[in-house]
Amino acid sequence: MKDRNMGKIMVLGDEAIAQGAVDAGLSGIYAYPGTPSTEIMEHIMRTKEAKEGKIRTGWASNEKTAMEAALGMSYSGKRTIVTMKHVGLNVAADAFINSAITGANGGLVVVSADDPSMHSSQNEQDSRFYGKFAMIPILEPSNQQEAYDMVGYGFDLSEKFRVPVLLRITTRLAHSRSGVVVKEKKEQNPLRLPSDPKQFILLPAIARKRYKHLLGNQGAFIVESETSQYNRYFDGKDKSLGIIACGIAYNYLMENFPERDILHPVLKIGQYPLPENHLNKLYNECDEILVLEDGYPFVEELIKSYFDLGKKVKGRLDGTVPRDGELNPVRVAVALGMEVSHKRDIPSVVAPRPPQLCKGCPHIYSYRALNEALAGLSKGRVFADIGCYTLGALEPFDAINSCVDMGASITMAKGAADSGLVPSVAVIGDSTFTHSGMTGLLDAVNDNSPITVFILDNGTTAMTGGQKSQATGKIERICEALGVEKEHIRVVEPMPKEHEKNMKIFKEEIEYEGVSVIIPRRECIVTASKRLRELKKIKQKETVGV
Amino acid sequence: MKRDIILAGVGGQGILTIANVIGLASIEAGLFIKQAEVHGMSQRGGDVHSDMRISDKEIASDLIPEGQCDLIIAVEPMESLRYVDMLDDEGWLVTNTTPYVNIDNYPDMADVMKEIESIPNHVAIDADKIAKALGSHRSANMVILGAASPFLGVSEEKLKNAIKKLFGSKGDKIVELNLKAFDEGRKRANL
Ligand SMILES: Cc1ncc(C[n+]2csc(CCOP(=O)(O)OP(=O)(O)O)c2C)c(N)n1
Ligand code: SF4
Repeated sequence: MKDRNMGKIMVLGDEAIAQGAVDAGLSGIYAYPGTPSTEIMEHIMRTKEAKEGKIRTGWASNEKTAMEAALGMSYSGKRTIVTMKHVGLNVAADAFINSAITGANGGLVVVSADDPSMHSSQNEQDSRFYGKFAMIPILEPSNQQEAYDMVGYGFDLSEKFRVPVLLRITTRLAHSRSGVVVKEKKEQNPLRLPSDPKQFILLPAIARKRYKHLLGNQGAFIVESETSQYNRYFDGKDKSLGIIACGIAYNYLMENFPERDILHPVLKIGQYPLPENHLNKLYNECDEILVLEDGYPFVEELIKSYFDLGKKVKGRLDGTVPRDGELNPVRVAVALGMEVSHKRDIPSVVAPRPPQLCKGCPHIYSYRALNEALAGLSKGRVFADIGCYTLGALEPFDAINSCVDMGASITMAKGAADSGLVPSVAVIGDSTFTHSGMTGLLDAVNDNSPITVFILDNGTTAMTGGQKSQATGKIERICEALGVEKEHIRVVEPMPKEHEKNMKIFKEEIEYEGVSVIIPRRECIVTASKRLRELKKIKQKETVGV
Repeated sequence: MKRDIILAGVGGQGILTIANVIGLASIEAGLFIKQAEVHGMSQRGGDVHSDMRISDKEIASDLIPEGQCDLIIAVEPMESLRYVDMLDDEGWLVTNTTPYVNIDNYPDMADVMKEIESIPNHVAIDADKIAKALGSHRSANMVILGAASPFLGVSEEKLKNAIKKLFGSKGDKIVELNLKAFDEGRKRANL
């Protein structure tokens, strides 16, 4: 019995990807934190290889800089991954799409973690569309073992065609733990520049050639998918329905057949572009097709337009599966017409318990003070951003009016001020500021827009678990260099004992008809207590003399 | 052998520690495991839960199908009820009775208890009080684990070994306290 778990590691899907990369000869990882992708970098940071400096780790300012740095590492012939949450791929999109044109040199795997049901995101966009848009192979694991194996496979594929490969996962796989069998470690690639020295110069004349090259490879990508171990056709006697199950949807399907006694043909998809041989067979042999996929109806739309021969294709578009939200075993059972019984309702005494700012969080004071400073003005002028401080939208604060995409606070405040909403206020976290707030601040300075920007500096990237913030120790100098006048850069301590002084500063700067920056600075209490605990540990060790 | 378990509580109450003990013990027992955790937004004082599946056969889905959960283990009473739609008719609900009140509209405890008692198979104990009496208020989660242990399908010995392993680095005293908490919880469940 014990043998079953011998040689297995119990890891999250994210950690499986991380370990898969390390074992496949990874030289460096680049990333900006984002749920549910954060644990990939965090796992690699903890490995011996990273601690000894053999693998490059560390957080980037944003996903675009991460993507570009990874492309540079690939250019140099080394294997690299770049990891992000799905909306991060929007930020990295320019680099990502063009990296398909330049192509890769050393293996380049881009990991994008989607969040269907929006457990901690603004939307549930499906990264597979980006992969298709870039016209590169996409891998989509159904379990932790495949997640591990696919990284090494992805590196090989990337090096075979000299093209980046997209690895798409969803929250459920990223944050679910299971046993994984690991492989023997591979050596890292040596430094080796591209054989064509012009490959990465996307001047139109070269880009046209590179694009033709990418187009020329599309057929080969399909052949790879047709022969891939990750795309499998399981025949079944009952051809009234053929089922396509992508990535993790395959598990939800099989959950409904504990004895694996499924009678319909099933096509399990783990690699794109879609394998045409399997698809044709399924479509030709079955009366109807059901598509099960987490995220958007990506495959469903493709086969509807690809075949368009009148056979019924069921999925999210015709309502067989709900149009939005994460799949689960019951949703799949309903789609299959199986009987599901609802046993109990959740009693009405159960009240919602939304996430809250921690007791003693510096943002609490900042919002109370901001509300007080704006009390005399009409509501609706506070443009906020993404981070712990977005919880200022909830009671008892009700302090903010927007949260769109990282960095949008400053630029939206500027646009509103341009339209006459004066004063307009932006609220942005320190990490979000260096992620993509700085360029917006430059716009505001260049237009002398009458906005007040609150940069809430808690010294960390708190929302995603307290990663190092690239802004720490640099914010005033950045603002000054961008052209904010020195006397309108005000650092305050967000503490009740400073209240009178702070109120005066808040009011002065909100009244000022130009760009002003207020920096409430106090460490996140979760980060602070973690730091203190570690310090205590070090001290203990010192006194014991180990 | 199959157990589908939902662990429930409030962010910061340490449900993942319970999960880790069950996980370690299940590995010891040579079982398959899948455990879906919650990270990110929902951790800040909001409701959190984790789906934990152990079985002697390979497990397909990371999520427990509605109505098939064998055991809800909750460190907070209202949170124990948030997932009863997932519970099988024969399933057990094991919960702490000390409320964690961080919202204005927390329901009347009498109403919460009435709902808990309407679940045919339930164990409700004041784990906070029991832990405090043992001199370690922080091991309430091990009290609850002890109370749930008869329904886990994993031996008491393996669970205790897992506790020793997990807390080992914190010193013998902490291990002892947690084992005592586990024993005390188990005793209450068997009453
Ligand atoms: C493009 C993009 N990347 C990453 C994220 C995930 N994310 C949300 S908030 C946040 C960081 C917030 O840090 P900071 O601005 O310092 O605020 P804090 O949480 O510390 O208050 C991150 C990384 C996101 N929502 N969008
Ligand atoms: S984690 Fe830090 S920044 Fe976030 S709410 Fe808690 S104290 Fe505030």
